[in-house]
Amino acid sequence: MKVAVLSGKGGTGKTMVSVNLASVSGCAAYVDCDVEEPNGHLFFRPTNQEEESIMVRSPKVNDDLCSGCRKCVEFCRFNALAYVGGKLLIFDDLCHSCGGCLLVCPEKALTEVEKPMGKVQVGSSAGVEVLTGILNLGEASGIPIIHRLLKKGQNLEDQGREIFVDCPPGTACIVMESIQDADYCLLVAEPSVFGAHNLAMVHELVTLLQKPCGVVLNKEMGEENPSRDYCLEKNLPILGEIPFDNRLGSLNSMGTIAARVQDNYRQWFDSLLETIRKEVGHEKITHPQR
Amino acid sequence: MKKLLILSGKGGTGKTTLASAFIRLSSARRYADCDVDSPNLHLVLSQDMEPVIQDFYGLDKAWINPDLCTNCGLCREHCRFDAIRSDPIHRVDPYGCEGCSVCQIVCPASAITMMPAAAGVLMRYENHHLFSTARLNMGSGNSGKLVTEVKKQLGNDLDDTELAIIDGSPGIGCPVIASISGVDLVLVVAEPTVSGISDMERILETAKIFRTPTAVCVNKYDVNQANTEKIEGHCRSRKIPYLGRIPYDPKAVMATNQGKTIVDLPCPSGQETERVFYKLLKLIFQGKAG
Amino acid sequence: MIVMIPVVNDNASTQVAANFGRASYFMLRDTATGAMEFVKNSAADSPGGAGIKAAQIVVDHSPGALLVPQCGQNAADVIRGAGIPMYQTQGFDLDKNLEALIRGELEVLTEIHSGFHDHGAVK
Repeated sequence: MKVAVLSGKGGTGKTMVSVNLASVSGCAAYVDCDVEEPNGHLFFRPTNQEEESIMVRSPKVNDDLCSGCRKCVEFCRFNALAYVGGKLLIFDDLCHSCGGCLLVCPEKALTEVEKPMGKVQVGSSAGVEVLTGILNLGEASGIPIIHRLLKKGQNLEDQGREIFVDCPPGTACIVMESIQDADYCLLVAEPSVFGAHNLAMVHELVTLLQKPCGVVLNKEMGEENPSRDYCLEKNLPILGEIPFDNRLGSLNSMGTIAARVQDNYRQWFDSLLETIRKEVGHEKITHPQR
Repeated sequence: MKKLLILSGKGGTGKTTLASAFIRLSSARRYADCDVDSPNLHLVLSQDMEPVIQDFYGLDKAWINPDLCTNCGLCREHCRFDAIRSDPIHRVDPYGCEGCSVCQIVCPASAITMMPAAAGVLMRYENHHLFSTARLNMGSGNSGKLVTEVKKQLGNDLDDTELAIIDGSPGIGCPVIASISGVDLVLVVAEPTVSGISDMERILETAKIFRTPTAVCVNKYDVNQANTEKIEGHCRSRKIPYLGRIPYDPKAVMATNQGKTIVDLPCPSGQETERVFYKLLKLIFQGKAG
Repeated sequence: MIVMIPVVNDNASTQVAANFGRASYFMLRDTATGAMEFVKNSAADSPGGAGIKAAQIVVDHSPGALLVPQCGQNAADVIRGAGIPMYQTQGFDLDKNLEALIRGELEVLTEIHSGFHDHGAVK
């Protein structure tokens, strides 16, 4: 089972929820797809880490063959090439590795080399396999890292683990990539107009990709909750509500996994996970083709 | 016109809540929401008019003309982004397409054209004040350029005694960097959590590179006093003006849910925010902290 | 000497633009005769890599110097690759900056920032 945890915005508790769910599962892998600001590892502090560099293809020019025709400069839509002082300059951090410049060069002066743009770290923390994706500063896109993370996640799922994907905030391309193979999307929402607004956005995204989803209402204060209203209006299942809790907030601020230190939190996340498992099982019966 | 930019690094720290309060306190005639991925400012500062809307175009995306396509599959073979489907005819997935135009140059039937693709909308509310904002479409990128457009829309026609307030976006990437250009002061709203401190550091580094004066305040400081003091220490040692600390306040959520700012009703967070605000004014207009 | 400078509008009373890559125009100014010409900056519309494209435009016009408020690393690589000296503007008044340049009061741009990196389709 692969569960993706999303929120429209940062700070709603997405990492807290995904980290705690992975911790109570018994046989899990936690996959941190927020490659610009991965935070899960601050909670897990994984050991036995192995690191793998993620490479992308980057163009390289043979100055002796280059005739200065500038066809590649004109072609590149990302402005990653410039012709200056009789030489072709290549700007890796703008390059999207599309391979087009190689195709347009009449002199075959361009080739491709592999270049590191990020890394994937795999370690463990009390039985949870922790996969962290990190994008190198200044790089264009984290998507190749997401692909690698999800592939490793798939291998671990084949070995019998439940996969919890901590997604980047928002609804941009990279979020779409992160939820590609998810069986279920768990949306974490705050009880404010901001929370409801962002919940609507992320709900729209998962609906577009036809993913079954449910909501966890976090920081619930027992008052008017626009996010709950949204769920009721759209028939979006609310799988659980975490009451606003100073202690939980405090544990979180220190990077502590609540379910690992306090029984009531462990029980709560256990119960949420059971509910999710039931929802996923139910989905597999009613929509086997998905 | 002096420009104040509010950033946080991490999402959910209270940037928009504080920005809206400052706007209310200063009666700013110009303000903007640069969080184009998930704009929220309009939810607190409701506008009593319709905005002027303009489409925002990102990179062109490929389109396959089904009448000319011979289904040879060369485009799919060369597309490095998995953006061309072939079930049953060849067509481009606009969410996957990165606009590189490699498919266009390899197509033997000239069946592919690059078409302008609306990536979002730019919005302008103009009455006695001007509120500039935008919304990026789901699955898009290009935030940096849209942020630049939002700022441009603010204009620069007011004199030096006036203040424009810009609600920035979370993170440390392109949209944040684009928002820093040309502002007079960056206020970093920090959260006293491990993730919050880590992200605050990165924002301060970024602002330093652009030689933009920065100041810091801590929001929800009582979630973790020890971390709050850590932040205060950092500011002291780097000589970054520290403007104060605001307590966690359940009334803040209540206020924003009612479409009010925290200075529209009596509450502890509102009171502290007002204090921070007056120090902010002194810093911007007199260059003095405290 | 012909100098190039990013500006906001294409008329004589324009100001220096705050941003190099996305300035609306470049002004070409003959410091000896005062003659001026405006070039539209087609890089301003680029979703990404605006600095590089703008720098290519500057290089293709071969000015004797470029005046800028600041410059990103990538754009600087292009300008320096062509051997064009860069001077840092002070404030946004066009005439004051040109006068300062002639009096030798403008400093050579030394601090290059890492760039705005507003990339294309994917962030």
